[in-house]
Parts: sequence; C-alpha cells; structure tokens
Amino acid sequence: MNLIAKPSKDNIKTYVPIGLFLVSLSFLDVFINAFFNFNLMGFLPSQLSYFLPLILGFVGFYLIRIEFSGVRSLDVLNKNINSNNFNALLTLFTIFIIIKSIPPMLEWFILEANFVGNSKDDCTGDGACWVFIKVWFNRFMYGLYPDAEQWRINTAFLILFAVVGVSFFVSEKLKKYFILFLVFVFPFLGIKLISGGSFGLEYVESAAWGGLSLTFIISAFAILFCFPIGVILALGRRSSLPAIKYISIGFIELWRGVPLITVLFMSAVMFPMFLPDGTFIDKLIRVLIAITLFEAAYMAEVVRGGLQALPKGQYEAAKSLGMGYWRMNALIILPQALKLVIPGIANTLLALVKDTPLIFVVGLMELAGMIGLAKTNPKWLGMAMEGYVFAGLVFWVICYAMSRYSQNLEKKLSTER
Amino acid sequence: MIFKKLNIENKKARDLIPQAITILALLSVIIYFATNAQINMGNRGISFGFGFLNQEASFDITFSMIEYDGSHSYGRAFLVGLLNTILVSVIGIFFATIIGVVVGVSRLSDNYLIAKVAEWYVEIFRNIPLILQIFFWYFAALRALPLPENGISFNDISFLTIKGWYVPKFIWTNFNIFLLSVIAAFIAIYFINSYATKQREQFGKQLPVTSISLATLILIPLITFLFLGVSLTFEYPVLKQLSSTVYTYEGGVSIIPELIALALALSMYTATFIAENVRAGILGVGKGQKEAAASIGLNKNQILKLVVMPQALRIIIPPTTNQYLNLTKNSSLAAAIAYPDIVLVFAGTALMQTGRAIEIISITMLTYLTLSISISMFMNWYNKKMAIKEK
Repeated sequence: MNLIAKPSKDNIKTYVPIGLFLVSLSFLDVFINAFFNFNLMGFLPSQLSYFLPLILGFVGFYLIRIEFSGVRSLDVLNKNINSNNFNALLTLFTIFIIIKSIPPMLEWFILEANFVGNSKDDCTGDGACWVFIKVWFNRFMYGLYPDAEQWRINTAFLILFAVVGVSFFVSEKLKKYFILFLVFVFPFLGIKLISGGSFGLEYVESAAWGGLSLTFIISAFAILFCFPIGVILALGRRSSLPAIKYISIGFIELWRGVPLITVLFMSAVMFPMFLPDGTFIDKLIRVLIAITLFEAAYMAEVVRGGLQALPKGQYEAAKSLGMGYWRMNALIILPQALKLVIPGIANTLLALVKDTPLIFVVGLMELAGMIGLAKTNPKWLGMAMEGYVFAGLVFWVICYAMSRYSQNLEKKLSTER
Repeated sequence: MIFKKLNIENKKARDLIPQAITILALLSVIIYFATNAQINMGNRGISFGFGFLNQEASFDITFSMIEYDGSHSYGRAFLVGLLNTILVSVIGIFFATIIGVVVGVSRLSDNYLIAKVAEWYVEIFRNIPLILQIFFWYFAALRALPLPENGISFNDISFLTIKGWYVPKFIWTNFNIFLLSVIAAFIAIYFINSYATKQREQFGKQLPVTSISLATLILIPLITFLFLGVSLTFEYPVLKQLSSTVYTYEGGVSIIPELIALALALSMYTATFIAENVRAGILGVGKGQKEAAASIGLNKNQILKLVVMPQALRIIIPPTTNQYLNLTKNSSLAAAIAYPDIVLVFAGTALMQTGRAIEIISITMLTYLTLSISISMFMNWYNKKMAIKEK
C-alpha cells in the first residue's frame, strides 16, 4: 500500500484510524500537560516536545481530510473544522488554547478559591477570595442604605416583579391597566417607598443609596423618561417648522457630540451655577436629568431612522383619512416606526445601563462604585480582581438578558411584508 | 374666497404659534440661567472670562507628550490633556480596527470553532460596561505585573512592569529631513498610482503598484539615512537602584499603566462593535456578485480586492465612523483611573483650582464637539470618495 498517497476514499480504512489516533494523542498530550502538569513527550528534546502536539494534530487532521468519504460524521467534522490546512491549524490552536486555559481558570474560580469565612485572613488559597463578595454582598446590592430599612427596596422590587409577572398571564384588556400602573403610578410609589419621609417611613437621603439597586433605579427612570423625550425630539427633527427643526437638531447634536462624563461633570459643577442662589436640587435628580437628556438624544436618532424608513404612503394614507398630526403619528406612524427600530432602541437602552457606573463622577456609588469603595478598605486590600469579575458577571447577565429579550421581541413583532 | 383666505391665515398661524412658543420658552430658560449665573458669579467674586488660561497652573501632570511642568499656564495644561486624549484615541482606534476586522471576518469563518470563539468574544466584551473593563485591566490585571526589578524583559530592550511599559527611546538627528523624505515618498506614491490607473484604463496594462509603492516608501527615506546625514539611535531603559528596595528604569520611554489599561479596554470594547459592522458589511455583498466575479475569471484575491471589499467598505464605513467617534468620547473615562486626559487635567484639576466651572466645562465640551465634528467630516469625505460613482 502506498502510504504517501493523498487521503481518499480508497485508503479510508487505514488513514482515518491513524489520523484520529494522532489527533487524540495530541489533544491528550496537551490535556495531561495542562491538568496534571506532566509532559507525556518529556523524553524527547524540549523544542520537539513543545511542538509535537501541533505536528501530530496537523498530520492527523491531514489524514482524516477525506472528501465525500461516505461517513456522515466524518464529512460534517471535515466541513466544519478541517476544510483545509489553514483551518486545521486554526482549529488546533483554538482547542489547545481552550484546554490550556481551563485549569488555571478552574483553579482561580473554584478549586483554589475560598468560600467560607468572614475576613481576609480566611482566604488562604491561591485562587479567588469569594469571601470578599460574601461579606460585602449586602453593600454591593444596597449601597449604604441602612440595614434595617432594606426591606423597602426589596418590597419595591418585589412589587415590580410581581406586577410584571402577573401581567404576562392576564387578558389583553387588563394588561393595559397593568402597563399604565407600571409607567405612571409605580415609579413614584416605588421612589416614595425607598426614600421615605412620610407614612411613618424613615427618610433615607439619596447619598446613602447605592449598589446594584441604584443601578436599577437610575436605569429604570432614565429609560422611562428618555423614551418619550427621544420620540418628541425625533418628531421635532423631522418637523416642517424650521424653528422647531433646528432647535431639535442643535439639541440632539450637542448631546451626541460630547461624552457622558462631561455632561455629568456639568450637572455636578456647572448646573448649580445656573440656579438661583440657595436652590438645591438633589444629586440623584441632577444625574437623572443629565443621563435622561443624553440618552434621549441617542434615542431620537434611532427613532428618526425608523421614521425615515417608513414609506411615504403611510403618511399620505393617514392624512387622507383626515387624521391630524398627533393622531397620525400616534396611531399610524410611530407604532410601525418603533417596531422597525427595536434593535436600535435595545442598543440605546443597553448603552444606558452600561453607562450607569459613570455616576461615580458626582460621588454616587452603584455596583462598580461600591466595589471601588470596598477594595480600598484597609481590611480588604488586593481584592480588585474578585470585585470586578463579580461586577462584570452581574452586568453581563443583565445586558445579555436584555439583548436576548430584544431579539425575541423583534421576532415576535415582526410582520412579514 | 373668505374661507380660503382664512384657511391660509389659519395655517400660517398654526405654523407660527408653536414655533414662537418654542423660541420664547428656550430664550426665557437661557436668560433665566444667564442671570442666575451672573448673580452667582458676582456673589463669589469671579467674573466671566478666559484670562485664567494664561495664569500659572502650578500642578504637575504625570504623563505629557510636550514639555510641561507646574510653571506653565492653564492653556498649556489644556493642550497636554488634549494631546493625551488624542494619543489614546488614536492608539485605541488603531487596535480596535485590527481586532474588529479580524473578529468580524472570523465570525464568518467556515471553521465552526473560530466562528464560535469570535461570537463569544463579541458577546462577552460588548455586554460588560466599558468602565468596568477599564477598572479590571487597571486595578486587577496590570497590578499583577512584577515590580521593576523582576520586570518581564523582551530581549533586554523593553520591560513590562507594574509601573508601566519601558520601551526604547528614538533619538534622531536631522529628523526634519527624514520627515520630508517620508512626505516626498507619499507624494511620489500618489503620482505612481495615478500613472498606473491611467495605464490600466488606457492600455489595459497592469502595473505592480503595491510593490512599487512599498519600494518607494522604503527607498526614499533610506537614501536620507545613507547620504543626507539622518541617523537614528536608541536609548534603552536600564534598571537603576534608587534605594535598597526601590528600583526604577532610567532612559527610554515609559508607557504608563493608565495608558495601557485605557487603550486595551477601549480597543477591545470598541472592536466588538466594529466586528459586527464588518460582518454586516461582508454579508451585505450579494452572493451573485462573487459568483459573477468568479465567472469572468477573477481569482480569489482579485474577487476580494476588486469586487467584495469596495462594496463591503461602503456598508462598513458609516457605522464604523460612529464607533471611532464613540471611542474618542469614551476615552474621557480616563478620568476614572487618573490618566491625564483633557477631562481629568482640565475639567478636574484645573477646575478645582480656579473654580471657573462655566468656562472650563464649556471649553471641554466644545473641544469634544470639535473633535467629533472633525472626525465625522473626515469620514464623510472618505465615504463620498468610496460611494458609487454613477456615470
């Protein structure tokens, strides 16, 4: 038998077993090396043993690359990860890197990590010190909000989740009232509950708010307000009245041209100069106004995209039915335009949530800010990695869930044209 | 008649009233703010004006590309901050583009693993707030680097330590001549290109433009080295003991960790968005285009260069411009890790010292507006150049 023949269907019986053996051998070598720190090929010269898995894998992949082999799984494998030499190399590198990076990650996250205890001294392993997160968890969630009053934040969020949950199961007619309650009543009820000051609830100033709950509060309010403002700005930008049009353009472009951090600086140091002496607007409210206006400008551009994408016939049809400007926009144009730009709206809202940590500029501390505070605590120095990995995970879950939900919504609402 | 006239007037009035109300409202808000500002500034004994820019700043900046110390003016400090902002933006844009293109193309790879890895790269880095990524690199990852005395050395030429990355410093003689020669090379390349285009269009001759251009770019500056007295030497960083336990590097250029963390986070975050643009752009070129190109006998490289890329670029460029703008604006997060950019130096330190909130915040915002507008103008020009020219 000619061993150097090109792999083909004729020699499939010899080539495939040899190839698979070589490939598995190379993976096994890397695996054992990574997990048990033992070099299978250690008896070979060091340079050779270093590259051997790559060479073995490469030869193996070459041998099993048989076109139209008739074996379905082999064809699928070849098509997806082994279509040519370059792809085979890429595959090998990717798999090697994945195998190599698993043990250190596993060690840091779980095996060598510490979970029990209540002080830094309990962290003896080389891995992560999750005790840090455990001890500070309360602060990360509620900021400096007094422990005894935290049930109020919990209640507010519980009501929110309960109402949202129930609204999924009620009839369409009732759903409308649920949404009206969520948009117009609940935000103010919730904020009253959290800030207190009446109904026998102790007043908690906004400087004490913080942690993840503050992220949620700011995101929720900014989303609530930036959406209608954005829609109005978008309509204004497309208005036929020049004054309104150019004011809208100027407003939108001004906010879009500057970074959020300078807007927050402005709200912190410049805005108070513009108010009558002695007036004091709460920090949180100033920040909310800044974020809302900033994101509204972005929202306006997204909505404008949707308005522009609608065919002119829609406007003409609405007008021919005798509808006025507001009725036309509210009933015909906006529902269609907004549906078109769901991905854009979702991206803007995601950006808004991701921007909330910036409120550190004015001294408010949501999750990332609380971690900054905790890691500079003299008793907990050196915990930056744990803290930021934790915060990253939390934000990732929130943002990923949001983007997934928007994709679903887009699918659900899409109407075939 | 009367009805018609009334109708027109009604329409005019209908148009006029909301506009008048808007303008009036806007004006009254502005006037209200302005009077308050005047009263407030009067109370604090400061007057509006930009004269403070010439005063001595008397604070130090850790990282500056131009000569600066406390004796320079606030205007100079502003310039230092601006240059630092531009520096980190340019570095970030450069790397974000490279990573973004690689990841975007990888997402379309027919290799399942590569496509998946690229997809997860995008999903992970896009969904974590940029500021957290900056914090992660700065407070967690870069703090794990060794101290200067055990710095990670690259051939003893450059050293990576917890205090930054020390790289060799370029010491030029007659740098101006070299610079002129590079400019001359670019002008030559421009003429070579237009000559080659003419040759191709008139006689159908294909000139190896790329290799000729490369040769020009190398040869002309090389001549200056050989004959015109340009020379380049390197100053390598050398470890130096300050006291029994404190070491540092002398010589060379130190790239501060703030800059590294910021550039890393900015480019890796923005790359995810650029990758999505690249993917959309390549997917946006119809399959028929590639098949048509193949059927007239173009090879794979020619198809990519002459048919797919020009069309894909048209889709890719506008949203990518937006990402470049975002990156520039996001570089202001530097303030969070004390990288001396314009926000930290000017809107932070200088504002704290002078208390001139209105002037300083306005200058900072105007600077960003100018930066944004200039980048978008450049990109519009480029976009127009790339757009379909219909005959």
